[in-house]
Amino acid sequence: MSPISRGFTRRRQSTADTTRVPPGQYVTGDFPVLSAGPTPHTPPDQWSLRIDGQVDEPVSWTWEEFLALPSETPTVDIHCVTKWSKLATTWKGVSLDVLLEYVQTEAEYLTAWSDGGYTTNLALEDVTDGRAWVAYEFAGEQLESEHGGPARLLVPHLYFWKSAKWVRGLTLTPNDEPGFWETYGYHNHGDPWLEQRYQGD
Amino acid sequence: MDALDGNAIAGALFEHFGHDMTMAEVRCSHCQSTSMMAELRVYMKAPGDVARCPSCDEVVMVIVNVRGTERFDMSHMEMVSPT
Amino acid sequence: MAGTALPRRLSWQLGRVVELVDETARTKSIVLDVPDWQGHRAGQHVDIRLTAEDGYQAERSYSIGSAPEDPHLVLTVERLDDGEVSPYLTDVLMPGDELELRGPIGGYFVWEESLGGPLLLIAGGSGVAPFRAMLRHWSAAHSSVPTRLLYSSRSLDDLIYRKELLDGVYDGVEVRIALTRHWPDDWQGHRGRIDGQLLQKVAWTPSERPLVYICGPTGFVEAAAQSLVGEGHDPRRVRTERFGPTGT
Repeated sequence: MSPISRGFTRRRQSTADTTRVPPGQYVTGDFPVLSAGPTPHTPPDQWSLRIDGQVDEPVSWTWEEFLALPSETPTVDIHCVTKWSKLATTWKGVSLDVLLEYVQTEAEYLTAWSDGGYTTNLALEDVTDGRAWVAYEFAGEQLESEHGGPARLLVPHLYFWKSAKWVRGLTLTPNDEPGFWETYGYHNHGDPWLEQRYQGD
Repeated sequence: MDALDGNAIAGALFEHFGHDMTMAEVRCSHCQSTSMMAELRVYMKAPGDVARCPSCDEVVMVIVNVRGTERFDMSHMEMVSPT
Repeated sequence: MAGTALPRRLSWQLGRVVELVDETARTKSIVLDVPDWQGHRAGQHVDIRLTAEDGYQAERSYSIGSAPEDPHLVLTVERLDDGEVSPYLTDVLMPGDELELRGPIGGYFVWEESLGGPLLLIAGGSGVAPFRAMLRHWSAAHSSVPTRLLYSSRSLDDLIYRKELLDGVYDGVEVRIALTRHWPDDWQGHRGRIDGQLLQKVAWTPSERPLVYICGPTGFVEAAAQSLVGEGHDPRRVRTERFGPTGT
C-alpha cells in the first residue's frame, strides 16, 4: 500500500443523501466530460435519428421532425462508472416510448450507435416505461457537443456510458450485442445499484 | 476534446511490456499506416484509455483497469518493431 | 547523479521535497531528492501518485525539468484550477513531504548531446519543462550543437524559468519568446501567437535537417508540427509531446 500523501483528499464533494447515491460513487457539482475520441460536430441539417434492425420498417426523423415530437423535461440523477454522480440534472428530450411507437418489433435488445463510431447495448425493457430519452437540452440550454449534442441517449438508471453521446440511431437486435465499452470489459447491463461495472460483476 | 499522445501512457505501457514502448512502431489494422506508439492519439478522460491511429482516427488500442488489473486490448494494431 | 541510459525496473519510489520554487503565479518547481534514482535522459517524465487516507489514488505525469547531470530531480507543475493533483502539488506540498513517483519514462521525446542537431525546441506554456532538462544537459555537456528555443507564453508574468531564459543562462542558445496576450510597450520579441511565418524565420531550412521537439497543448503542438512538415521538414525529425490543458 502506498504511503499517504499528507493533506491529499479527493476533490471536494458535497455531502449527499446516501439513499440517492449508489455504492462506490461520490457526488460532484461539475459535469465532467469523458470521451473515447474526437468530439463530432454534426450540424442540424445533416442530422437524423434512425430506428432500424429487427423492425418491420425502419423509421427516421430529421432534426425538425424530431423537435416536433412530444418532449419531456425529466430531472434525474446520473452515475458515471468512473465514480462521479451528479444529482438532479435537468434535461429536455423525447421519450424512447414515443420513438418506439413508430416501429413494430419483437426484438429484446438494441444497439445505440453514434457519430464517431461509439456504440452501447441495452435491453428494450431498460429503455421503455419512462426510463429513457433522446435528449437535446441540458439545464435549459441546447446540449453542447462536448456533452453529446445535438442529441444523446439518456438512460439514468444505468451507468452513464450507456447514455450514448451523439446518438444517431438505435438498431434493434434479437440478442444482446456488446457495444464499445462492453467489448473492452464493461458490464452488459450496468446497474449502478448492483455495482455492475465490469463483465462478471 | 483534445487528445494527448502515446507519451501520456508510456508508464502503463512500460509496466505491461517491461520496457519503454514509446518508439515501438505499430501498424493500424484499419488503414495499414504505421506510426510510433508515441504518435498515437490518446484519449484518457474515459472509462479507459483509448489510443487512435493518427492517420485514420480509428481505435487501435484500449486500456481498461478492470478491478485493479490493467487490461490491454491491442486487437486493432500490429507490432511492426518492438522499439 | 550520473545519467544511465535506461532504468532496470519501473517501480514506484519515494522522493523527498527539498525545495519549492515559485516560477510564476500559477507554476511551481518542486525540487526532489530521490535516493534510489537511477538517472534519466533529458525529455523523459515521471508519473506522480497521490494517496488519500481513504485509499483513493490519483496519478499524473510531469516532465523532468532537471538535467541528468543535476543533483536533484525537478518537476515544474502548473496549477489547474479544476485539477485534482496540481493544486495539491502547488498549494499543499511542503519541503520535507514525500512524493511517490515512478520513472524515468519515455524514449521517444528525448534529446542528448550525441543526437546532434541543429536543435529546435518549440514550447507552449508549461510545455517548456522538458526543454529545461535538455538545455541544462546541453550546458553540462558543453555542447556545440546549434540550439534555438522558441517559447510561447501569454505574458512575461506567465513565462516559466523567466530569469534563466531572459538572463541568458544558457549561453550560446538562441532564445526567442512569443507573448500572445500581453507584452510591454518596448517588447522586442514576437507579439502574438507563433505562426508559420515566425516558424520559418526561426527554424533552420529543411535541408539543414534540424531535430525539432514541440511540447505544449495539443492544438499548439499540432499547428506547429503541421506547419514545419508543410514547409518540408522531415516528419521523422519532428518529435511531439502533447500536454493536457495549460494556461497558454
